[in-house]
Amino acid sequence: MNMLDTIVQGVLLGGLYALFAAGLSLVFGIMRLVNLAHGDLIVLAAFLLLVLVSTLGLNPFLAALIVAPVMFALGYALQEVLFNRTLGKDVLPPLLVTFGLSIVIQNGLLEGFSADSRRISAGPLETASMGLGPVTVGLMPLMALLSAVAVVVGLNLLIYRTALGRAFRATSDDTVTAGLMGIRPRKIFAVATGLAMVVVTIAALYLGTRANFDPTAGPARLIYAFEAVIIGGLGSLWGTLAGGVILGVAQTVGASINPEWQILSGHLAFLAVLLIKPRGLFPRAVD
Amino acid sequence: MSIAMPSLKVETGSKASSLALFVAFAVLALGLAAPFLVSRSTVQDLFFILTMLVLAQSWNLLAGYAGLISVGQQVFVGFGAYAMFGAVILLGVDPLPAILIAGVLSMLLAIPTAFFTFRLYGPYFAIGTWVVAEVVRLLFAQWKALGGGTGTSLPREAVRDMAGVSLLRDLFGMKPAEASDAITYWLALILAAATIGFIYRLLRSKQGLGLAAVRDNEQAARAVGVDARRMKALVYLATAFLTGLAGALIYVQKARISPDAAFSVTDWTAYVIFIVVIGGIGTIEGPILGVVLFFLLQNLMADYGSWYLLMLGLSGILVMLFAPRGLWGAFSDRTGIQLFPVRRKLTGGPSIHQGGFHG
Repeated sequence: MNMLDTIVQGVLLGGLYALFAAGLSLVFGIMRLVNLAHGDLIVLAAFLLLVLVSTLGLNPFLAALIVAPVMFALGYALQEVLFNRTLGKDVLPPLLVTFGLSIVIQNGLLEGFSADSRRISAGPLETASMGLGPVTVGLMPLMALLSAVAVVVGLNLLIYRTALGRAFRATSDDTVTAGLMGIRPRKIFAVATGLAMVVVTIAALYLGTRANFDPTAGPARLIYAFEAVIIGGLGSLWGTLAGGVILGVAQTVGASINPEWQILSGHLAFLAVLLIKPRGLFPRAVD
Repeated sequence: MSIAMPSLKVETGSKASSLALFVAFAVLALGLAAPFLVSRSTVQDLFFILTMLVLAQSWNLLAGYAGLISVGQQVFVGFGAYAMFGAVILLGVDPLPAILIAGVLSMLLAIPTAFFTFRLYGPYFAIGTWVVAEVVRLLFAQWKALGGGTGTSLPREAVRDMAGVSLLRDLFGMKPAEASDAITYWLALILAAATIGFIYRLLRSKQGLGLAAVRDNEQAARAVGVDARRMKALVYLATAFLTGLAGALIYVQKARISPDAAFSVTDWTAYVIFIVVIGGIGTIEGPILGVVLFFLLQNLMADYGSWYLLMLGLSGILVMLFAPRGLWGAFSDRTGIQLFPVRRKLTGGPSIHQGGFHG
């Protein structure tokens, strides 16, 4: 009974991790770019939400509707100005540029918002819960999981059913040939990163309302996102969702044994998967 | 009938390099005398520069030459430091041999970590090393004998009675604190010189050529018989040893440890990456230039807190975009000057093309 509750909470937490990871997975799938600033961008979006919620008194969901296009524009611009210049055979430039960006965002936020922990207020929703059979679940964590499922379904529809998605897949498979067919890979990449930032905004909404965050919270989010992607297997968004859930369950089970082991047991689950199935549980991509 | 072959020779030296070797030895000699010539705070500054230089050279060897971009090297700094603390506090070993023990243990730690991280390619290797560093940090935070999450201090007498302190006191009348600073400084100087010497010799050797070949084109290198995986693993182990030594040495001087500080990604990896990238990745001169710039900047901007790191991040991005071989690389490309030449030049043939191999 208690164990069941722990696992359900873990699955819900996994929804949040899948939201962290979906954007990373999307960008990697399309342009093989690993953005080391991904976690910091989530925290940046959370601070943008915080500003709107605390100064204008907006509902956080409404604020997310305003922040999402801003983040899309930021992602588009980052890709156009920075990341596109680093893409190539060498893995060093994109890694170092995004690592530099991560440091810039962290310290920019530290200057702007100080090192204090913050939280986005979601009103009565914060504490609302509902019975789900034998267990009781928080409404916000449940919505995070449902949002993660919706994001995965939405991105899959976009990738496999639309013209834009066809362009994504074509560019991913063969950039040069896609270029010959009239696709402009740089624009496609910029749109993909913009979309990833929209997902990042959704992740930030649930991160900010669920727990405290501060300007240095980014790297840990990046690591969870990365672990979810690797556990699930590269190139599969459903795999990423499963990876997030496995990570979440490993963390809550670890925490139920000893609260200090929460993060550690998540990492150990990741290492165990890496040991047994180095390419993840549901690999699709060849590289 | 035989065709007369011009006698070809492969050379790596240059005029600048023989001068540099002379200057290097002069600097080393001057450096050894530093504790007698300058103030104690200057000795501590020099210690900081030298230990960062060791970390930077190691990371440069790993990322710039072996193509293994790690953002988890803090694992060896922290592990080395903790191994030294453990040997001193739990086993009562003198700090100096404890540093060596720490280096060896760090290299042993590199075997299981390589086992995991080498399954990941390129960018995923980078984050994988970071996860491993986090795991080790969290494990040490659980180790109550060494202070758990809050950390612990080296016993006062361990540093005061460190090997050599009494000798320095008797010979030069140094106070114990002064003497232990001088000893750690000399060790840092020796470690830095040995690190540069080791990397220089490695890169000029057959193995170094293999390494450069793997970095430039792994498939082609493998096709001519270079064992890429083995080369990378050996470099990974060697840098773990050097980084562990440096970590232990840094924490003998700090004498106070906590998991968050010892496994800090900012202090031991971010700074190091920026030193190497801004100075010039893939050159031996780059990290030297980078560490000097880094020290000057840090002193100039000490009062600006996070603006300093923000600016460092921006400079790193700009250098990577517009001068990917760093300040030294840009200088060297323009002037052709190499102080530690590791490129092989072909001489003695018909003087049509003297480009030779770029390694």
